[in-house]
Amino acid sequence: MNAEVIAPTAPEKKEFWRWQENTWVDETKDWKTAKIITCGIDVGSVSSQAVLVVDGELYGFNSMRTGNNSPDSATNALQGVMDKCGMKLEDIHYVVGTGYGRVNVPFAHKAITEIACHARGANYMGGNGVRTILDMGGQDCKAIHCDEKGKVTNFLMNDKCAAGTGRGMEVISDLMQIPIAELGPRSFDVDVEPAAVSSVCVVFAKSEALGLLKAGYTKNKVIAAYCQAMAERVVSLLERIGVEEGFFITGGIAKNPGVVKRIEKLLGIKAMDTKIDSQIAGALGAALFGYTLMAKKAAA
Amino acid sequence: MIANYGYKDGSGEYYISIDTDKCIGCTAARACLTACPKQMFEIITDDYDDEVAWIKKPNCRTLAYDCADCKPSGGYTSLPCITACTPGAIKHSW
Repeated sequence: MNAEVIAPTAPEKKEFWRWQENTWVDETKDWKTAKIITCGIDVGSVSSQAVLVVDGELYGFNSMRTGNNSPDSATNALQGVMDKCGMKLEDIHYVVGTGYGRVNVPFAHKAITEIACHARGANYMGGNGVRTILDMGGQDCKAIHCDEKGKVTNFLMNDKCAAGTGRGMEVISDLMQIPIAELGPRSFDVDVEPAAVSSVCVVFAKSEALGLLKAGYTKNKVIAAYCQAMAERVVSLLERIGVEEGFFITGGIAKNPGVVKRIEKLLGIKAMDTKIDSQIAGALGAALFGYTLMAKKAAA
Repeated sequence: MIANYGYKDGSGEYYISIDTDKCIGCTAARACLTACPKQMFEIITDDYDDEVAWIKKPNCRTLAYDCADCKPSGGYTSLPCITACTPGAIKHSW
């Protein structure tokens, strides 16, 4: 008798960690009448952004997940926003690359570190009152002080471990099987605020979270414990350089109120608000650096 | 600008701070470059077009081990990099 072999079908895997990719263009502006068009490309470890700045003002951006190839990620990010507004690469006067993949942006004229770019971007987004910036990136975390012009005066970076980074939040999102955008709001839906899980290692935090679930914690309570751990982690980083009024958060985690509110509570100050996507701060700063360079060149 | 290079992990905080305002126009002839037995210092042009010292990227993640030999347990009474930097731009957090 011939038995029919049926290959097991893999169950559909939902990607709970997948955050919303985003493209935006300011329809009220016409780039064709602009004198200087610059672009900032931030190729990060998790996400890539392309930002277009027209005559020194934000015009459009594209934020998407970084692939396994930095030049392709940069190209795709830029193509996304150019397609939206009908622009071509030759229309852009200057391109600045930033982020981990900054040296691999094939069409960039210059590379600038993400520390300087985030400070410049935050200065644009939050105004010249911004003094302390916390960038919670995909796989690192930075605490930055800047002056009224957005020039860095002090910085500290932690890229040795994933605790306190966006990737850590993605791991917990997958573990809890809850979409990443829901983690923040759900972390407040607890009767008692739990103690934080491990704040020094995402792997330890994950195994601790599993233990808490087995011990009878609700998912919301475990998420709250993780958000608290993230907050404690980045606050310890911030405290090393000190926190001045004019506190601004950039990066994807700035969209997670569960972490932001807990950071504010620990620091005793409120983070400044912005209507601009916090994830584009680095690329925006890069584009603004490009604009300054071009404007100086034009004036000379 | 105070540039902090290093990390914090479960065992502690390991940062080397460089005050770039004191580092620009170094009056010690960039002595840090040769003073460090691990040659961790390097001169770069930073984002504001200033020539300053920084810690080489691979060393930023291994400072606790890289600097261990120069600490008191290694027989030193003062750190060679700090002693060599007469403008006083270099500090260790541990």
